[in-house]
Amino acid sequence: MTTTAAATAGGRTGRAAQTTMAQALGRALRDAMAEDPAVHVLGEDVGTLGGVFRVTDGLAKEFGDDRCTDTPLAEAGILGAAVGMAMYGLRPVVEMQFDAFAYPAFEQLVSHVAKMRNRTGGAMPLPITVRIPYGGGIGGVEHHSDSSEAYYMATPGLHVVAPSTVEDAYGLLRASIASDDPVVFLEPKRLYWAKASWSPDAPSVVEPIGRAVVRRSGRSATLITYGPSVPVCLEAAEAATAEGWDLEVIDLRSLVPFDDETVAASVRRTGRAVVVHESSGFGGPGGEIAARVTERCFHHLEAPVLRVAGFDIPYPPPMQERHHLPGVDRVLDAVARLQWEAES
Amino acid sequence: MTVQELTGAAAYRPTPPPAWKPLTDPAPLLPDPEPYRVLGTDAAAAVDPDLLLRLYAELVRGRRYNAQATALTKQGRLAVYPSSTGQEACEVAAALVLEERDWLFPSYRDTLAAVARGLDPVEALTLLRGDRHTGYDPREHRIAPLCTPLATQLPHAVGLAHAARLKGDDVVALAMVGDGGTSEGDFHEALNFAAVWRAPVVFLVQNNGFAISVPLAKQTAAPSLAHKAVGYGMPGRLVDGNDAAAMHQVLGEAVARARSGGGPTLVEAVTYRMDAHTNADDATRYRGDSDVEAWRAHDPILLLERELTGRGLLDEEAVGTVREAAERMAADLREQMNADPPLDPMDLFSHVFEERTGQLLEQEARLRDELEAGQGPHEGEAEEAR
Repeated sequence: MTTTAAATAGGRTGRAAQTTMAQALGRALRDAMAEDPAVHVLGEDVGTLGGVFRVTDGLAKEFGDDRCTDTPLAEAGILGAAVGMAMYGLRPVVEMQFDAFAYPAFEQLVSHVAKMRNRTGGAMPLPITVRIPYGGGIGGVEHHSDSSEAYYMATPGLHVVAPSTVEDAYGLLRASIASDDPVVFLEPKRLYWAKASWSPDAPSVVEPIGRAVVRRSGRSATLITYGPSVPVCLEAAEAATAEGWDLEVIDLRSLVPFDDETVAASVRRTGRAVVVHESSGFGGPGGEIAARVTERCFHHLEAPVLRVAGFDIPYPPPMQERHHLPGVDRVLDAVARLQWEAES
Repeated sequence: MTVQELTGAAAYRPTPPPAWKPLTDPAPLLPDPEPYRVLGTDAAAAVDPDLLLRLYAELVRGRRYNAQATALTKQGRLAVYPSSTGQEACEVAAALVLEERDWLFPSYRDTLAAVARGLDPVEALTLLRGDRHTGYDPREHRIAPLCTPLATQLPHAVGLAHAARLKGDDVVALAMVGDGGTSEGDFHEALNFAAVWRAPVVFLVQNNGFAISVPLAKQTAAPSLAHKAVGYGMPGRLVDGNDAAAMHQVLGEAVARARSGGGPTLVEAVTYRMDAHTNADDATRYRGDSDVEAWRAHDPILLLERELTGRGLLDEEAVGTVREAAERMAADLREQMNADPPLDPMDLFSHVFEERTGQLLEQEARLRDELEAGQGPHEGEAEEAR
């Protein structure tokens, strides 16, 4: 977690407030809008209601309906309109209400948002941020729990970002809005209410997107993960100490650009790696990541790179989702299969 | 419990739902029962002769442009060309009704509109030549990139017009789409957004009879495509798309309405695609010569020529001057297209992101190595393949 930053913030303000990820995201939007009049928020229910997850709470009141706009219920229209707004010099931040509701906007995203800079030889980049609440674990009925990152990371021209901490939610969203490239910003739904001692008034480092961070240092093996699976991996790493394993946990933070350097440096040191994500395994991000690690670290590997992912099934009903989501035990089982016998 | 028990039998009266009233009066939004015409009607006398002559010159130039571009496909200088022969009145009028500050959103068939707006024909055809996706800076010319996925440019026009209005600029966006494109979801979403936001947009549907091979009757059961406007709460206008004067008037009115804050308009231009879908299409598989012949008698240049000669505004000399100008344009286009465009394979990585990612840097280095080692397809081989 953001212990260092939280301690700094606490030191400055005396006592840092408990802030949820949803609040930090809202604060990022607010600060970006206050700083740059070109930043516009648009989506379904983002105005009066403040969004179904309340991330945009208060924005319409503070900045007016023209800056935070309730649109008709049509995702392709929302994103298509955002393209036109960006063509005219605005910096739209689009909210897709849920992961699976973003699919109608897929054509706009793939054919226009991702390609416009390239299509126009660099003349017309589109600084659009598409916020998508994603992933499961909140008891949502079907179509409310998809992990759709593989579609987006397979589309050249899009940055794909997923925060796992309150502080990163703020910093990465600010960086995404400031980027002149389009960003698919995946917000882990089940971390929306996760709290941290973080005060938005303390200085926050806004790093450029594309850098992974080591959340926990370790020597035995590397867990490579992002978004909602980061807390799972951290918990697994703590539990693993009982087995004598000292696990390193890397939070990728962005899938595109992919931070090969941080990942490879870690795996070369530990010699073992497990990729953990909620998204289905087949054709999922883990395959790409495992291949990249193998290509770079083959001679340092003591065991094949393993993947712990959601099953290759449509997202299950809420009463069954705990069997689908990669949990601590499944992560530890994978770690146990990393051919430790060769060590002894 | 019954209704009577709830309300008392004597007191019960069926009532309308509490808050219902129509949001918009549909009557003024309805299109004319027949396509609006000017040429050959009494209205023609009122049209400025200079405008008619300007339209005539642009139509002739446009027809020549279409012919030249089609010829360039046969010479292998264009990968493909979707001709707008027969639709020149729509293309030209769309360009001429716009001010410098306005934006045009063309589909792939609308390169002529871009040319009529002043874009260099070579730049307009760059996409179809195949060396780059867009041959011009959209912001410099206020012409969006030619859009290939159907109707997806329409929400862009709405967003841009909306943004302009929010910034206090009196900019209008004119977006072009075909009859087939009206079946797409993006058409619906764009029109709905435009009407709700009262965005200064003009939607021009060129109903040219066919979506590649599929005729309009298999595309819609609406009374006309213009009628679709009513469902969104915006006016629909039905126009003779081969009548350049009518097109100019109706589009001009729609642009003025948008500019003055009146909101969007849907204009359906009834026209006909005289050529096949593209040079790669075979129109004889889905339509007969007699259909085409019927439309040949209603040719946009012919209609305008009749009007101008009837009023003594056009003589042989004037026709000659117009044709010469068109020939010069065609000769210039031919000459420029005969030169091979410069290609740099390293450009492939230039505009994916603002900065190359680590992955792209690696791939760029690989391609550079391949090129230096003389591997892979290089320009010489590409030439032979052509």
